[in-house]
Amino acid sequence: MTGAERIEASLREGAVARGLALAAFLTAGHPARDAFSAQLDAVAAEVDLVEVGVPFSDPMADGVTIQRASRSALEAGVTLRWILDVLAAHPRAAPLALMSYLNPLLAFGLPRLAEEAAAAGVSGFIVPDLPYEECGPLRDALDAAGLALVQLVTPQTPAARLALLCGASRGFVYAVTATGTTGGATTFSDGVLRYLDRVRAASHLPVLAGFGVRTAGQLREVRGHADGAVVGSALVEVLERHDDPAAFLRGLRAAALVGGGAA
Amino acid sequence: MVERAGVLTDRESPLAGVILGAPPDARGRFGPFGGRYVPETLVAALERLEAGARAALADPAFRAALETELHTWAGRPTPLTVAHRLGAAWGATVLLKREDLAHTGAHKINNAVGQALLARRLHARRVVAETGAGQHGVATAAACARLGLPCTVYMGAVDVERQAPNVERMARFGAEVLRVKSGDQTLRAAIDEALRDWVADPDGTYYLIGSVVGPHPYPWLVREFQSVIGREARAQVLADGGRLPDALVACVGGGSNAIGLFHAFLGDAEVELLGIEAGGSGPEPGRHAATLAHGTPGVLHGSHSLLLQDADGQVRETHSISAGLDYPGVGPEHALLHATGRARYATASDDEALDAAAECCELEGILPALESAHALAGARRWAAAHRGGTVLIGLSGRGDKDLATYAAADRERR
Repeated sequence: MTGAERIEASLREGAVARGLALAAFLTAGHPARDAFSAQLDAVAAEVDLVEVGVPFSDPMADGVTIQRASRSALEAGVTLRWILDVLAAHPRAAPLALMSYLNPLLAFGLPRLAEEAAAAGVSGFIVPDLPYEECGPLRDALDAAGLALVQLVTPQTPAARLALLCGASRGFVYAVTATGTTGGATTFSDGVLRYLDRVRAASHLPVLAGFGVRTAGQLREVRGHADGAVVGSALVEVLERHDDPAAFLRGLRAAALVGGGAA
Repeated sequence: MVERAGVLTDRESPLAGVILGAPPDARGRFGPFGGRYVPETLVAALERLEAGARAALADPAFRAALETELHTWAGRPTPLTVAHRLGAAWGATVLLKREDLAHTGAHKINNAVGQALLARRLHARRVVAETGAGQHGVATAAACARLGLPCTVYMGAVDVERQAPNVERMARFGAEVLRVKSGDQTLRAAIDEALRDWVADPDGTYYLIGSVVGPHPYPWLVREFQSVIGREARAQVLADGGRLPDALVACVGGGSNAIGLFHAFLGDAEVELLGIEAGGSGPEPGRHAATLAHGTPGVLHGSHSLLLQDADGQVRETHSISAGLDYPGVGPEHALLHATGRARYATASDDEALDAAAECCELEGILPALESAHALAGARRWAAAHRGGTVLIGLSGRGDKDLATYAAADRERR
């Protein structure tokens, strides 16, 4: 199975088994570099996909939480090379995607990146500052290694472009639910749910809702309109408080199952 | 192939395209540089901006409105001054293109008024901008006041301190000035924050960027509004002396005043183009902001260009005494001019800039901005190597905003 196929299969399985697949994001090496590997194990055991954030000096699509996480990880000396070495140490319970701005990937070198990421057990990449028109070189390099390059779509994306992006995506389609940076509080309007329905209709891959997903109530709302959801800033804040990330994710998932939902 | 004025040129040659004044290609590329590296949320907004800008620039009514604003409000054309005493001291003919005399005190007004007119035409509800030295912020605040547009300016906390007079001016024009405490708290962090603001409301907000940087179409759009500098200068120098200067010298941070001055002369192969970057306090990483001298290819703020970065692709902190040049990137068209050799780039240190500013004050009665002082320092060096030559300097802004920095430097160096 290729990395892209592994992501897709895991998300489908989660959606079928529990009504909604769950993906979690954490910035590599934050809040403590030495705790990262164990935290990743704990998170991976609870979710269907883990997004590992590669820190960048200029995270323009991120809100205050992930900006802070990114800066702290860089100060702790976290690099893409270090992350790949940690990931390569042993396999994790869920597929892994690296979420990175483009420049650290370019600095690493694209052909080498695909090869070394695959060897480290990475299944795909999410690159928030790389729109479809510019993604050719990275997508070609990742395709050659069977790794997914996930396309992001937004409520502003016109219908024809939505079809294009869904068709070009690998692994899943990342449906940005909030206009804005990561981490903002969101309640989903009917407009957002209808948007998720449109994305789902355009995609042959699982659709994950993300950016501003923080509560069990939001997960319940999303059920029936997306195949899964990504929890990011809220989990980073749990880690910063030294709370148990596994307990947080289990609690979120259990609460989301209570009370049925729209499905 | 592109056709202009009946001349067919091989589009494969990036230099030919630049010399013809051809816009970047359909993907916003200046040769290998430029492009549009932004979150998907902004793609549709940038496409609308590009279409709107092309339509506006082709519309005689828009051009006439811009011309009227530049002439009756912004004080254009700005004069070309013969700097007799500097010339005598340097052994050269020295000409100053006086953007310091434009309204609000710098070339930034050319772009601010152009883009503010465009924002109004595109029915923007509000304008956001970033600023380093504060000149772009002041120009944008003034243009928005004139057109009745609400305006928010992001400014790094470090720059708020060192350019306090400009913060006060923006506030008087009704702009909301937000101190940016994230990142390095200078121009680069202000751009990050302005982009985040725009990402939150891509439909109603107009992002009025201040330099020839950022995602396509900005490097092209800002160049179009700034190239009035070189068009005027070229006509003035020909009218005054009947011949073109041997060299143009301008400072380069993001590079808008340099592109604005150079652009009309790109086809004049006999005119040397010299950009001066901030050499800061030394060539070691973190002590300067000389991107073309020390940078490597990378992507920052939506554009592929040269960049001051470490081996892991993290953008480095920079230093310059000049807030307006204190930026780790550079416009993609400069990266192309550098790569093709059409323009040459050098650096001037903090100390050289301070000395050049003092000399310009004493000999010409002109207080230059710290940014422009880098161009003066570079021109002085050029003149030393080209005795009897003619050099035209882009005096991009006036130095009132820098009085506190000049005074502190005098005390420190005494």
